[in-house]
Amino acid sequence: MAETAVEYWRWKEYNWRDPDLDPREAQVISAGVDVGSVSSQAVVMTDGKLYAFANMRTGSDSPESAQKAIGWALEETGLTLEDLHFVVGTGYGRVNVPFAKKAITEIACHARGANFMYGPSVRTVLDMGGQDCKAIHCDEKGKVKAFLMNDKCAAGTGRGMEVMADLLSVPIEEVGAMSLDVDEEPPPVSSTCVVFAKSEASGLLRQGWPKNRVLAAYCAAMSHRVCALLGRIGVEEKFAITGGIAKNPGIVKRIEKELGVQALKSDMDTQIAGAVGAALFARVLYMKSRKTA
Amino acid sequence: MLANYGYKDGSGEFFITVDTDHCVECGEKPCAAACPADVLEIIEDDYGDDVCAVREGHRKQIKYSCAPCKPAAGWTTLPCKEACPLDALQHSW
Repeated sequence: MAETAVEYWRWKEYNWRDPDLDPREAQVISAGVDVGSVSSQAVVMTDGKLYAFANMRTGSDSPESAQKAIGWALEETGLTLEDLHFVVGTGYGRVNVPFAKKAITEIACHARGANFMYGPSVRTVLDMGGQDCKAIHCDEKGKVKAFLMNDKCAAGTGRGMEVMADLLSVPIEEVGAMSLDVDEEPPPVSSTCVVFAKSEASGLLRQGWPKNRVLAAYCAAMSHRVCALLGRIGVEEKFAITGGIAKNPGIVKRIEKELGVQALKSDMDTQIAGAVGAALFARVLYMKSRKTA
Repeated sequence: MLANYGYKDGSGEFFITVDTDHCVECGEKPCAAACPADVLEIIEDDYGDDVCAVREGHRKQIKYSCAPCKPAAGWTTLPCKEACPLDALQHSW
């Protein structure tokens, strides 16, 4: 009998809606859709307040992923696409959001989204995405002052972590905590390439290393890699991490230790920062268009 | 804004940094035309300013795209840097 393969990398997809907000009372309903290389998010805002969102895996077709994400975000809201005054697309697939009136880079959207989620004191944003990593400096309004992006290799990204979770048969949500459960920090594995890191991790397992130690070695390598990236533009406090990896305490704690700064905390899902920023841009663009009309 | 285009890999760090605040002040923007490999372009950024940027297709191979203008190829100055009147372009290597 065929066994169903367990996908340890698979993270939770979900949608959310604020039951206390009534979109029919809103002056401006704006939306942001972030189609990333690994995940897609759609955020709906009413007068600049977070009203609903969906967070799901990106499929092979970017326009379809965008449609699915916004459809899921609007589920049970009583709203349709036609009710949205302005939609901004962002992320890797931003030009493939068919219903978006404008595309804005994920760099600008993450800075703006982090400003909303963590407050105006945030000056450095580290976005650890599915297949890239971005270091961003921003001002008190969330406007980008400097940025650096590394998307040449999946090392130091969410996809790299998914590969490692699958290799070790550890659910991705448990990777961070498990990597911290070591008496002594092991030397990091290769941080140059995910393929090298994976083969090195396989070798360590064969040598008898326990899973938590291998994960600690991988998380240490990943943290070191992104800290080196941040080193190019420097870290100005206050500092925030966005993207899926921000949910991994094994990475966050190691980055904090290496940089010597504490990352800000937010009640919101760190994965939606880009879509939040896009929805905020959408609101401003709609208000501008009304003024000029 | 300091826009860093490029990458870091096992062979080193390869970034072109563009100070786009200078691009805003620059009228003719001669940098893009000066690049013999067509690495640079003038784009409208997210805030509506016309600025210099590294073309998407060159960002992951900038080490090779810019190699013909580097000292090993006989150059002593970079054409893009020389063309920029406001010293807005920097190469990390």
